Amino acid sequence: MCAASSPVAGRDGLAVLDAEEIRRALTRIAHEILERTRGGDGVILLGIPTRGVPLARRLAARIGEFEGLDVPCGSLDVTMHRDDLRLHPARALGRTELPGGGIDGKTVVLVDDVLYSGRTVRAALDALNDLGRPRSVQLAVLVDRGHRELPIRADYVGKNLPTSQREVVHVLLAEVDGQDGVTISDDGRQP
Amino acid sequence: MKRHLISAGDLSRADALLILDTAEELAGLADRPIKKLPTLRGRTVVNLFYEDSTRTRISFEAAAKRLSADVINFSAKGSSVAKGESLKDTALTLEAMGADAVVIRHGASGAAHRLAHWVRGSVLNAGDGTHEHPTQALLDAFTIRRRLRGDNPRGAGLDGLRVTIVGDVLHSRVARSNVLLLSTLGAEVTLAAPPTLLPLAVGSWPCAVSYDLDSELAKSDVVMMLRVQQERMTAAYFPSVREYSRRYGLDAERMARLPGHAIVMHPGPMNRGVEIAAEVADSVRSTIVEQVANGVTTRMAVLYLLLGGTEFPATGEA
Repeated sequence: MCAASSPVAGRDGLAVLDAEEIRRALTRIAHEILERTRGGDGVILLGIPTRGVPLARRLAARIGEFEGLDVPCGSLDVTMHRDDLRLHPARALGRTELPGGGIDGKTVVLVDDVLYSGRTVRAALDALNDLGRPRSVQLAVLVDRGHRELPIRADYVGKNLPTSQREVVHVLLAEVDGQDGVTISDDGRQP
Repeated sequence: MKRHLISAGDLSRADALLILDTAEELAGLADRPIKKLPTLRGRTVVNLFYEDSTRTRISFEAAAKRLSADVINFSAKGSSVAKGESLKDTALTLEAMGADAVVIRHGASGAAHRLAHWVRGSVLNAGDGTHEHPTQALLDAFTIRRRLRGDNPRGAGLDGLRVTIVGDVLHSRVARSNVLLLSTLGAEVTLAAPPTLLPLAVGSWPCAVSYDLDSELAKSDVVMMLRVQQERMTAAYFPSVREYSRRYGLDAERMARLPGHAIVMHPGPMNRGVEIAAEVADSVRSTIVEQVANGVTTRMAVLYLLLGGTEFPATGEA
């Protein structure tokens, strides 16, 4: 999630969540999913590449620990459905992998790292539409940083993080980046 | 990626892998209830075919339609070309209609290259004379990688694989494009053909040459049979079809001498009984039907990568 920046005093490079806090947030979200879907019946977790995918797997593992339930887990690439394709050179595609049995009649929980403009989620809803007809679709995100440009909201949020549009939120996950953490910076710099 | 796809030689290893990996992601689409993506909505792809073609034209058409592009099919028969219109004038007409991409098949080598100077959109070479057919090479590389590089071939090249291309190399645009692309991807390519069916400059190609198919069989991971192109043959290149078939045709007995994992490819259309025996074409080693399906997927990847992003500046060459 990116945006250029005019510094907000004192936040540059600030760690917003550490590994332990990410773990607790995911644990809570896993419980909330179970609560809201009455025990996780018919739930499918679909991560949006790149970092939504390991988050979805972690949530599935948590739910497995708590309820002994094997929640199907997959990935949903939304690149081909994005509305900003023509603003960039063609990008490499991520992977779409649906669990066996498909999504028809299931409760699909989309999982992503950061919720910002909402455009990725809109693209995901379009992509889902071509894959089947879920009973309902919910959204889980690790960080909600605000600045929505579409009428979209998350059902499960790890942390609400008020930001300036010029700030950049970095989510790091061990599976992709070798460590866990969420930081905020004034520009595109990695911490 | 460049703006056009004229020659397989224009592709770097990174470009080629990007296309193959993109195709790998798009391959799942064929199993879905809705085989369509909205990505190229509002873009126009013109199929400009001066030579007969079934599978390539249909394949490009299916690929463009699955990406929601508008497709205009233009075949020389029944068009103003029959009245004597030149390629350039036809190109300017297409230009005026706002084609975002032109897929061209033409009997003259270099036609796609010329066209690229005249139109604003991307030009995709779907076969120009005896020169090149880059999307065929891409779909062949994709097929080889899927068969011989395991379930998750993403990011992998074809390093160390031995590919033997057999037959009418002289008239084959498929052979030239494959030699260029497969060697870029790290494969060791050998051409096996009678001396009369090899081009003069073959010594400068990045491949080995053999006149004896039988000596190549045991070490080949892939055998790619080329069609004997009778329609392009104006002289006698071999004494008889029967003799050609006996020395360079792939029959069951020769197939049995291939390593256990080896695959047999053919770009189609086949002359059964000439370069390939029916029992070989229909065997489990044959990838001929897969190649057709992979053709649509690979061409989707190319169209997406050329047209899916920012439009290129209106001027300038490839």
